[in-house]
Amino acid sequence: MIDNTIIYPVVAQLVTAIILLFFWGKSYPQRFISILGSLVVLLMSITLFSKVWSGNILIMESANWKPPFGIVFVADVFSSTMVLITSIVAFAVSIYSSVGIGNARQRFGYFPLFHFLMMGLNGAFLTGDIFNLYVFFEVIIISSFVLMTLGGRKTQLEGAVKYMAMNILASTIFLTGIGILYGITGTLNMADLAVKVPLVENRNIIDITAIFFLVGFGIKSAVFPLYYWLPSSYHTPPSAVAAVFGGLLTKVGVYAILRIFTLIFVPNEFMKIVLTVLSVMTIISGGFGALIKRDVRRIFSYLIVCHIGFMIGGIALFTPIALSGVLFYLIHDILVKTNIFLISGLIRNMKGNLNTLKAGGLYARYPKISLVMALVFFSLVGVPPLSGFWPKIYLFEAGFTTHNYFFIAALIIGSFLTLYIMARLWSDVFWKNPSEGDDSLIDHFKDYSRWKQALLVIPICLLAIATLYVGLAAENIVVVVKHIAAEMIDTSPYIDAVLGNK
Amino acid sequence: MELLLILLIGILYASGIYLLLRRSMVKVLLGIMLMSNGANILIFLLGRITKGKPPVIDEASKIFTDIYADPIPQALILTAIVIGFGLQSFAIVLLKRVYSIINSDDLDDLNTPEEEDI
Amino acid sequence: MKSTILKTASSYLLPILLLFSVFILLRGHYYPGGGFVGGLVAAIAFVLHSFTHGTENTLKLLRTHPGSLIPVGLGLSTLSMLAPLFSDLPVMTGLWFEEPVPVIGMIGSALFFDLGVYFLVVGIVLTILFTISVYSE
Repeated sequence: MIDNTIIYPVVAQLVTAIILLFFWGKSYPQRFISILGSLVVLLMSITLFSKVWSGNILIMESANWKPPFGIVFVADVFSSTMVLITSIVAFAVSIYSSVGIGNARQRFGYFPLFHFLMMGLNGAFLTGDIFNLYVFFEVIIISSFVLMTLGGRKTQLEGAVKYMAMNILASTIFLTGIGILYGITGTLNMADLAVKVPLVENRNIIDITAIFFLVGFGIKSAVFPLYYWLPSSYHTPPSAVAAVFGGLLTKVGVYAILRIFTLIFVPNEFMKIVLTVLSVMTIISGGFGALIKRDVRRIFSYLIVCHIGFMIGGIALFTPIALSGVLFYLIHDILVKTNIFLISGLIRNMKGNLNTLKAGGLYARYPKISLVMALVFFSLVGVPPLSGFWPKIYLFEAGFTTHNYFFIAALIIGSFLTLYIMARLWSDVFWKNPSEGDDSLIDHFKDYSRWKQALLVIPICLLAIATLYVGLAAENIVVVVKHIAAEMIDTSPYIDAVLGNK
Repeated sequence: MELLLILLIGILYASGIYLLLRRSMVKVLLGIMLMSNGANILIFLLGRITKGKPPVIDEASKIFTDIYADPIPQALILTAIVIGFGLQSFAIVLLKRVYSIINSDDLDDLNTPEEEDI
Repeated sequence: MKSTILKTASSYLLPILLLFSVFILLRGHYYPGGGFVGGLVAAIAFVLHSFTHGTENTLKLLRTHPGSLIPVGLGLSTLSMLAPLFSDLPVMTGLWFEEPVPVIGMIGSALFFDLGVYFLVVGIVLTILFTISVYSE
């Protein structure tokens, strides 16, 4: 079905960003436009999701060129779910940013760049053309570069150099993969590639191309040997920026791996072994990395790496149950990871510091807010019946049925490490008595007006409610992820919808 | 022609990776530039080279009657060049800023320890 | 730069290069050229002027900061991209006026898209280069 609804979430973000550019330097109107724009996009994504969920896969042929010749935008359930979750996160973060981002940063174009980043994310989720995916990836990384360096603190610039070098390298490798793929098949449309790649006789060259894509997306989603740029850069930008990066940027890499490796390069035995080893190493190195860190945001950065491993491992198992687990985890992870970085910003406002050794006593001072934070931390750990629990059941089940005990062991170790790290963080930051006579610990939050305090707390509560819904109404999410997993195993509806075979 | 381009791609990738592994920031940037140029030429080569037959249609005729060069790789390379231009100009400005703040070109000096960072 | 020849030449070259860039912009739909190349040529014209006359004088000549061209260009391109939505066609479909206009030729949404790209490229290139040059002085 051809429908222009698909492009609206992308276009609306672009239009919001352009309107914001006209208000360059005026931080007060920008806040309103940003929140309003995010709300409009959220409504559009809900419409898109309900349309796709009730009917069939929607496509839009840009410039009216028929696929596989033109660039086509495709909204299946997977894409529209991702767009919906992204829009919820974007809405929460744009509310948080109005207070959480300093005035100087707002004047130098924080909001337009934020919306360009969101445009890139929505575009990357919705496009059905592999080169267009590359272009949207570049939109994402160039706006994330500027967001990361905005403000120009020394640590920020240090982190940005590593982030920039690794991400440009990833894009180059991805581009090389696209070039080879075009040379082999002569097409760039993903559905057309899904038809043509299995027909290629020289399987070795296909495997090598698949490795190019795996390395390219692996760098972006911080998979084991190539993850080290993430913990050395994600703790540097302001918390609202880190929330978007931690919640969405690595997940867009996971999305691309899921899309490419279910549609175009269906993993063979060798690829499954490679993915299992990578996932186990990612979980272990991320978990142990978080163990030795003492700064709240550095701990969270390593936890991102650790939990990316869960998803990669699920892809390695490649059964419908495992893929359902991965998708459920993806939804849960986007919401929770964004939220914990927002929480880290709030802790910084309350304590003036993020070092767990110096912090303490937050629970005594802010018991209600602390309880909301505890709820999010419990979801992250996966305490039943919260959202982190359900995907792990699926992953365990799939691991046992495929006898992949290495992955199960890593899953258990990763979960326990997360539990231990979060428990230690809780007791350090919330329960411990604060150290006496330290001047660096200043409570900015107390001095804020009621209105400002609400703007910081509301987005955290909003995302916490979304997490609660994912956990407590898990049966609804399960229906969606099972549908998506079925579409991933049998890709013919996607291909037929794009290429117009009936 | 093909052999020449293959050699050129190999040299560009090899020198790009070599420079990426150096510790100097400027050399890392140069390595990235060489690799992205290598990727562009790779797309050009793999899109099949057709000499002297541009995909531009004669005003008198309605359809192509001859073999013509595939325009898609050229469009891809043009896009990749534009994107590369943006990324690299940003990278140059960033490195300049970093150099003026840290006063060093060495990547090993880019590590503020955890204790000093609030 | 102190070269008298370059200085004299650049003040004549500026209008010629700008005219040439518009020529490249207009022929871009069917022949080599287009908004990006035209924008680069126009940006180079201003950069040449700033080499000889100093960045401040070029900024004075431009009257506004080149950065303000970026939203204008982006907005123009986006509007021409969205225009087909009003006639229920997919985004970016080319819409054309029936009759050709003298000198310019056929006018369609693609021309406005190119015009937006032209402004965008001029704005971005000049912003980047002027930022670097002001920063190094």
